Amino acid sequence: MDNSPLFKAGHTACAGCGQAIAARLVIETAGPNTIIVNNTGCLEVFSTRYPESAWNVPWIHSLFENAAAVASGVEAALIYLGKKENTNVIAQAGDGGTADIGLQALSGMLERGHDILYVCYDNEAYMNTGVQRSGLTPFNTNTSTSPIGAKSTGNIRPKKPMPEIALAHGIPYVAVASAGFIPDLQRKVKKALSIKGPKYIQIHVPCPLGWRHETDMTLEVARLAVETGLYPLIEYENGTLVSRRQIAPKPVEEYLKVQGRFKHLLNNPAEIKQIQEIADNNIRKYNLKVENQASS
Amino acid sequence: MKEFLEGSRAIAEAVRLCKPGVISAYPITPQTHIVEELAQMVANGELRSQFVNVESEHSAASVVLGGVAAGVRSFTATSSQGLLYMAEVIFNIAGLRLPLVLACANRAVSAPINIWNDQQDSVSLRDAGWIQLYAENNQEVVDFHIMGYRISEDKSMMLPVMVCLDGFILTHGMESVDIPEQEKVDKFLPPYNPLYKLDTAEPLTMGLLADPDYYMETRYALQETLKDALKLIPKVSQEFRGVFGRDYKDCLIEEYYIKDAQKVIVAMGSVCGTIKEVVDELRAKGKKVGLLKIISYRPFPYARVCEALKDVPQVAVLDKAVSLGAYAPLAVEIKAAFFGKKKSPKVISSFVAGLGGRDITPESVREIFRKLNQREINLEFIDLKPELLQEEYGQ
Repeated sequence: MDNSPLFKAGHTACAGCGQAIAARLVIETAGPNTIIVNNTGCLEVFSTRYPESAWNVPWIHSLFENAAAVASGVEAALIYLGKKENTNVIAQAGDGGTADIGLQALSGMLERGHDILYVCYDNEAYMNTGVQRSGLTPFNTNTSTSPIGAKSTGNIRPKKPMPEIALAHGIPYVAVASAGFIPDLQRKVKKALSIKGPKYIQIHVPCPLGWRHETDMTLEVARLAVETGLYPLIEYENGTLVSRRQIAPKPVEEYLKVQGRFKHLLNNPAEIKQIQEIADNNIRKYNLKVENQASS
Repeated sequence: MKEFLEGSRAIAEAVRLCKPGVISAYPITPQTHIVEELAQMVANGELRSQFVNVESEHSAASVVLGGVAAGVRSFTATSSQGLLYMAEVIFNIAGLRLPLVLACANRAVSAPINIWNDQQDSVSLRDAGWIQLYAENNQEVVDFHIMGYRISEDKSMMLPVMVCLDGFILTHGMESVDIPEQEKVDKFLPPYNPLYKLDTAEPLTMGLLADPDYYMETRYALQETLKDALKLIPKVSQEFRGVFGRDYKDCLIEEYYIKDAQKVIVAMGSVCGTIKEVVDELRAKGKKVGLLKIISYRPFPYARVCEALKDVPQVAVLDKAVSLGAYAPLAVEIKAAFFGKKKSPKVISSFVAGLGGRDITPESVREIFRKLNQREINLEFIDLKPELLQEEYGQ
C-alpha cells in the first residue's frame, strides 16, 4: 500500500485529521480502477491545491452540493462507454455537503439507482469554514454558530438520521463506519463496492481543530464515540441489519470530556443525562450491548 | 430533408444527429417538448444515449458536467428559473473547460411568475464564460446546435455553447426545417475526442483549488479563448456552409439592408424575423432602414458591430431583457463598442420590448423606427399599458 499510494503524502490536512485517514483508507481499499467525485470541503481543499494533487486516481471536484449528481453523470458516461463493469465510482463529501446542501442531489442519485458508492465523512460541523453547525452536529455541541452562552448549551438539535434517510431509498447497502475501527471500515468499503447499485457509507472522522481534542487522540476519540453508543457502527444489506459493533457501553462523559466542544457540559449533569439518553436509545435500538459483559 | 416540424422536435432531431451519450434534464416550460422528444428517441432505440432524469436543473447541469468530464458528448436543455438554478454549475462548467451544448428556451424570470418569452434568463448569465448564440428561426436553431458542438469541442476552445431560442415562439412554432443527413453531420462533427477526461488509465485531477497566485490566469485564459472564438465561429460557419450549403457568413452578426441605411435596429433572436418584415415594408416605401442581428452575444463581436454600423446615423437597440437599475444589456454593448471611435452613429437609442411574452408586433417595430430620430432615447419601454401602471400605483 505504501509503495503505490493512491492518496499521497504531502497534502495540507491538519495534524490528526480523521478525514485524511479515512479518505486514504477508502481509496486504498477501492483501488486504482476508481473515479472519485468530491464535493467542496476540507478534503478537496487540503488534497488538491494547485499545482499539487494528492490523488493518483481520476478525481474531480465541481461544487459544494453536486458530487452525487456529477458522479451520476460520470457513471452514465461509463455505461455509455461500456467501462462501468470494471470501474468504481465514488462520490464523497463532508457532513454538510451530504446532510444539508447536498441532500437533494444525494437523494436523486440514490433514487435513480446509480452504481455509485457515496461516502460521507462526518466530522459533525462545517470545519472548512470554521466550525459552523451542520445537520450532523450532535446535540449540545459548542460550534461557532451554535455557541454556548447564558441561554445556550450549544446545538439544540440531535444529528439528522442520515443512514436511515439513505436506507429509506431502498438502496442495497448502507453502513456506518469509523476512523477508529480501520479493518471494519475497510471491510465495509470492500463490501459496498462488491454490490451493484447505490451504496451509502457514513464514516465518523474526528477533527482535532473543530472538536478541540489533542491531535494524537483522533483514533481514540473516534473509538470512544462508538464505545459509548453515540456512534453505532451498523450495516444494512437490502434493508436488513446484517451487522452491528457490540460494545460494553462506557458512560458518555468519557467521550465528552476529551473534547473542548463539550467542555461546557462537564459540570452540567442534566445536559449530560440527555446525551446519555441518546446513547442509551442507540444501544437499545440496535441491541449494541455485548451479551456477556464480564468477558469484555 | 425539409420537414414541417415543431421547433422542439427540430432541436431533438439536431441533437440526435450529434449523438450525445449522456442527456440529462429537468422539466420546465417551454423546454419540455425538447427533452420529451429526446426521451422518446432513446426509448425507441433511435438514439443510443444515457437519459438521466434528475431531481433539479442543478443536478441536470451537474450530470452533463460529469458526463463530459468522463469523456462523453452530453446535452441538456432548460429555461428561465431552471437556468438560474443551474447558474452555479453553468459558471463551473466553463471554468472546468468542459465542452457542452445547452439549449435555452428563453423565458421570463420570476417574480411575477411568467412562462412566456423574453431573454432575461440567458442574458443574466452572460458573464459565465459560455458562448451564447441567439437563433432567429428553427433552421438556425438546428444548425447552431450542430455548429455548437464543433465550436465547443474544438481543441483551441473547450468551452460550452448555449443555443438561445425564444420560448414558445420557436420551441412551439411549426416551421419548415431542413434536417441534415447523418452522413453529413458525421463528416462535419467527428466523435468527441477530449483533450482530457476522467480515465483510470491516466489519472488526472480536475477542479483544483486555485489560490491568488493562480486563479487570475485561469480567468484571463477564458477571456482570451472567448476572443479567439470570434475567429473560430466564422471558420466553423464556413466549414458548415461547405458541407450543408447554408451560409451564416461569420455567424457573429447578420446584416440586413445596412449598407445605405439611415436607421438600423439592433436585436437578437426571433424578433429579427418581425423586424425584417418591417424593414421590407419600409424599404418598399423608400425608407432607408435596416437590421443588425446579433447572433453571438458572447463573445460579443465589437469590431464587426462597429464595422457594420459605423456609417449608420441612427441606431436603435431593442432589448428583450433588462439590467434593472442600469442601461439595457444589449444597448450597453453597442454603446461601448463605439465609445471613443471616430466613425460612429450620431444616435444610439435604447428600447426594451417584449418582456414576459408581450408580443412585439410589426407596429411595435414601426414605432421604434418612428421614435428613432436625432433625439437619443435611453431605455424606453415599448408597448407599456399606462392604464395598468395607474391602477397599480394610483398615479
